[in-house]
Amino acid sequence: MILKINNLHAGIGEKTILKGINLEVRTGEVHAIMGPNGSGKSTLASVLAGRETVTVTEGEIFYNGKNLLEMSPEERSKEGLFLGFQYPIEIPGVSMVAFMKAAVNEHRKYRGLEPLSASDFLKLMREKKELVGIDSKLANRSVNEGFSGGEKKKNEIFQMAMLEPKLSILDETDSGLDIDALRIVANGVNKLKRPDSSSIVITHYQRLLDYIVPDIVHVLYDGRIVKTSGKELALELEEKGYNWIQKEVNQN
Amino acid sequence: MEDNQDKLLNEVTSGDYKYGFYTDIDSEQAPKGLNEDIIRLISSKKEEPEWLLEFRLNAFRYWRTQKMPGWANLKIPDINFQDIIYYSAPKQKSKSNGSDDIDPELKKTFDKLGIPLEEQKHLSGVAVDAVMDSVSVKTTFKETLAEVGVIFCSFSEAVKEYPDLVKRYLGSVVPYRDNYFAALNSAVFSDGSFCYIPKGVRCPMELSTYFRINAANTGQFERTLLVADEESYVSYLEGCTAPIRDENQLHAAIVEIVAEKNAEVKYSTVQNWYPGDKNGNGGIFNFVTKRGMCKGENSKISWTQVETGSAITWKYPSCVLKGDNSVGEFFSVAVTNNYQQADTGTKMIHLGKNTKSTVVSKGISAGHSQNSYRGLVRMSRNAAGARNFSQCDSLLLGDKCGAHTFPYIETDNKTAIVEHEATTSKIGEDQIFYCNQRGINTDDAIGLIVNGYAREIINKLPMEFAVEAQKLLQISLEGSVG
Repeated sequence: MILKINNLHAGIGEKTILKGINLEVRTGEVHAIMGPNGSGKSTLASVLAGRETVTVTEGEIFYNGKNLLEMSPEERSKEGLFLGFQYPIEIPGVSMVAFMKAAVNEHRKYRGLEPLSASDFLKLMREKKELVGIDSKLANRSVNEGFSGGEKKKNEIFQMAMLEPKLSILDETDSGLDIDALRIVANGVNKLKRPDSSSIVITHYQRLLDYIVPDIVHVLYDGRIVKTSGKELALELEEKGYNWIQKEVNQN
Repeated sequence: MEDNQDKLLNEVTSGDYKYGFYTDIDSEQAPKGLNEDIIRLISSKKEEPEWLLEFRLNAFRYWRTQKMPGWANLKIPDINFQDIIYYSAPKQKSKSNGSDDIDPELKKTFDKLGIPLEEQKHLSGVAVDAVMDSVSVKTTFKETLAEVGVIFCSFSEAVKEYPDLVKRYLGSVVPYRDNYFAALNSAVFSDGSFCYIPKGVRCPMELSTYFRINAANTGQFERTLLVADEESYVSYLEGCTAPIRDENQLHAAIVEIVAEKNAEVKYSTVQNWYPGDKNGNGGIFNFVTKRGMCKGENSKISWTQVETGSAITWKYPSCVLKGDNSVGEFFSVAVTNNYQQADTGTKMIHLGKNTKSTVVSKGISAGHSQNSYRGLVRMSRNAAGARNFSQCDSLLLGDKCGAHTFPYIETDNKTAIVEHEATTSKIGEDQIFYCNQRGINTDDAIGLIVNGYAREIINKLPMEFAVEAQKLLQISLEGSVG
């Protein structure tokens, strides 16, 4: 079990957004979390990554058997938890090389490894760029600065490839992507899949799931997971929209 | 560059001021206070000619008629000028045998500061003039430089050995009437560096002066005079540190640069005076007048400064663009944290035709600090076709600090073009969280972001100092967020 969430309640300021989430992700599984806007999908991603703006009021999260809520965001990262941001942040003047080198070497230090030499590091960058299929010029630019929406998302997948996470959470990675970009992103994710890694794909639309096939699909609605099923659920949602789920929930 | 950046990120672990130690060494000091007798004493200690004593006394008499300037965006506590020691020279034990050897204690001090005074130990080709309190203790590579005709020595030595050069240029760029602190410095300056690059010579190594304040209750008033004759080139760097003390200490320096026809001078500063503690106690008051005169046509003077230290910084390295087609540049990163205050910028005075100037200023404020950019661009009547471009960026960390911009533009020539751009931004929680999520802790994230922001300036510094400057930026801001 890589992740176990028990009765998670969390919110921003006075507002409660997550109202009792229960979720289990096993090693090697791909989970999709779907749901209408405002259902709490991104808040869940923020809690998992340790964003301070979200306050956990109840519940617990175990990551690899450890209490996740006691870990700092950077510790979670170094323990192999990766968040692909819905809106990747620009850091002007900081080259992708410098940024990734700092990150990779922090991860290595955490595992008791020596920092990579400059040439080994550049080799690693080259390999991962090819694997993910992103423009090699991206690496010489400042982090996300002036990147198009698609480039930013591809850059998230590239960073994921560099850090080889155990659990990756992709927060609406498909939003704002045309079909070609979507395919590149999905291909990247599929290529990075290992038997010992798990992913949570958060998405509003079904179309990403044409390319990334989930083992389990959850529907998040009003801060709770209201439906969990196999991958066919995604298709049903695509066909019927979210209204029937809302009706079902309200009836109960 | 990337490698170095990593190295420094790893090795920097604490935000303490690393140069705050004190060297226990006997020194010969003048009594506290400022009057004509003290000035005569300084002058006689230095065995100065009559004309220089006159220069000092005139400056002093002028200074007495002046008031402390109050226009800067600074809160300056009253300074009791009678409570300061104006001359303090470390006593050197081994000077007597006539050799160039310096006192082991002094040598140790500069070793500790990372400034080895033995030439063979110096990694890169950098000649150093080391100044402690009121005197220059050692100038390295003098002989090597002399072979190509470059004069590089302490100011006191220059007065004795090259009186004509000193007399011709002293006060020619910064007259003692220029401002309050220039007058004070002209009256009591003790030592500093002198440099002359002869016609057609490209100085074969970087020149640098390292200033160290050591003794308590003293002020440091040094003077640097740098003359680049026609067709010559020199790159010059100064660094400075001081011990940690609870009381403030005064540093009022003058730097004068003259660039003749087709000459180029690059002057870089890494200013790391003791900034005071986290509550704003102690620290250096840094009141400095720096000015370069692009005297000949096609001459160029370029100032690069990384300012991280001092409790108060009041400093405007400027260029007077007199020669036609001459070029002035000012690249600055000023960091203030805790209760530091900085009012810094430049003046670009365009006198000649087709003169060009570029100003890029990056302010970074954190803690409760106040950081101001103040810059003047003047296009005089004869400055036909002159151009200026100024860019002032401010970066704020936290919400208790301030960033201010005071640009002054005066144009008397219609063909002159002045451009000014300004931005203010905050290091976002988002940026820090993004770094955290990739495994980079908050202090390192700030170091990365700030160095990215300042990269354009840092890249102007000579390589070894660029690394030093990056390190400094990070240390100065450690613990400022979160």
